[in-house]
Amino acid sequence: MSIDKDKIKHISKLARISVDEKKIEDLTKDLSSIFKFIEQLNELNTDKVEPLSSILNEPLRLRKDEINDGKMRNKILENSPQKNEQFYVVPKVIE
Amino acid sequence: MSDITEKNLTEIVKLIKNKEIKSEELTKSFIKNINKDKKLNCFITKCSEDALNNAKRFDKSPKLDTLLPGIPIAVKDLFCTEDVRTTAGSKMLENFVPRYESTITNNLWNEGAFLLGKLNCDEYAMGSSNETSYFGSVKNPIAENTVPGGSSGGSASALTANLTPTTIGTDTGGSIRQPASFTGTVGLKPTYGLCSRWGIVAFASSLDQAGPMTKTVEDCALMLEAMAGFDKKDSTSINKKKENYSKNLTDNIKGLKIGIPKEYRVDGMSKEIDKIWENGKKILKDSGAEIVDITLPNTKYALPTYYIVAPAEASSNLARYDGVKYGFRSAKGNNLIEMYENTRSEGFGDEVKRRILIGTYVLSSGYYDAYYLKAQKVRQMIKNDFDQSFKKVDAILTPSTPTSAFKIGEKKDDPISMYLNDIFTVPVNLAGIPAISIPAGVDMNNYPLGLQLIGKPLNEQKILNIAYAAEKKINFKQSLNRWWEK
Repeated sequence: MSIDKDKIKHISKLARISVDEKKIEDLTKDLSSIFKFIEQLNELNTDKVEPLSSILNEPLRLRKDEINDGKMRNKILENSPQKNEQFYVVPKVIE
Repeated sequence: MSDITEKNLTEIVKLIKNKEIKSEELTKSFIKNINKDKKLNCFITKCSEDALNNAKRFDKSPKLDTLLPGIPIAVKDLFCTEDVRTTAGSKMLENFVPRYESTITNNLWNEGAFLLGKLNCDEYAMGSSNETSYFGSVKNPIAENTVPGGSSGGSASALTANLTPTTIGTDTGGSIRQPASFTGTVGLKPTYGLCSRWGIVAFASSLDQAGPMTKTVEDCALMLEAMAGFDKKDSTSINKKKENYSKNLTDNIKGLKIGIPKEYRVDGMSKEIDKIWENGKKILKDSGAEIVDITLPNTKYALPTYYIVAPAEASSNLARYDGVKYGFRSAKGNNLIEMYENTRSEGFGDEVKRRILIGTYVLSSGYYDAYYLKAQKVRQMIKNDFDQSFKKVDAILTPSTPTSAFKIGEKKDDPISMYLNDIFTVPVNLAGIPAISIPAGVDMNNYPLGLQLIGKPLNEQKILNIAYAAEKKINFKQSLNRWWEK
């Protein structure tokens, strides 16, 4: 699979990362060489192999859904880049 | 008394317990060294004042029945520390102050230690040279123009330069063992699930593990004992009894079988690495172990597998950085989507963006089977290789890295050559098993080289014991001219 500029634009859209026009060329080159390297895996026949689903031998635990902390709204909001009283502020999404 | 900061952790703990030194005096000695760290650039955040206060508090009513009484410890800046800025080496988290403490650091504090500062690392732990950090690259104390390895590069350098008596890092593909090897120190990546991941800034959740970085194997056992343990806050934490790694440490390894995988002899590997590997075999044989040739046939596919799995998980984990709840937000953008796109473009560095894009691509519609599913199948094959080998041997001996520390800038513009540095460490993460790197010799430049011992799941004690036996016979000594203080 070759990586071209349009593909880079498409992936960066999916990843919500704007990419500078000037940098697209370099990214295309880097990702092409990385994918060429990754595609060594195609040499292997994996038809009869089950994909690994967990590295642990035991199944994941479930826990009771109970509150064990909280009451730190203001402390948590302090890390927000933009806030208004007890709310996060984002650019307007509805007209 | 000679310079206390040159001593290893075990010696320092003994001095504190025997009341031959106070925590305050100890802490002051390390702070003195830290204040001359400018050229090394190990620290992102220094906590000298708080550390001194904690030391004084300890001295007032010393609790000596703990593992790390009154010991100041600087940690990789990937561990969330309550009310102390935690950046993950990224502009994105430049001003992020966690409101909770990671389980691992909390475990250390419960054993009597306290925070000395936050150490530089590759951005979001993505890198093998500490050059991707937003806070600048870290220098290796062994020589001014060399990298300390990565991603736990600040940790490795700080330890080597006597800026902290011990430290902790995280290892997703070699980020503890490779810098340990590059700096002549000891680093252990535990079995996946042995050390809690709660409160560690996530990179690739099925691979990430925290582990100790120390001056000696004995220190390493002590630190692992303090760190390990079941944590209900981490759904992948293994529920098992705590082990006394330091008490059970022994250099009696008679009768153990050590596997030598032929696939780890790679093209272009230097003669010196071959030599330390041969020497390692000889030493273990002399200690009564049996050397067995084994094969791990899918080794060469580990790195390509890793560069699908790790970026895929990273792209999911790093989706949380949207400029809303915490972290950096771009001032540019006319609507919500543009704000997201600019925030992530300006907040992440090039390597992180590269990996998010790779991950997004391999998970995207139409490509998932060809890349991600394929990689998970090969990952299973790599795990099977180890499972088969461990039917025959107790542990596996390999070099830790294919080269010694390289020059700053040398591999920066060539991602593949940078990635190849983790060729011997990555398979271990994919299989979720433990491995330790110990210093084993030097190359022609006098730069340290490490040997890696890989164990069965939860066999940390065994690889520690083998490492302990090897360490005694290798007797690695390093003298530094402390160029960064001049």
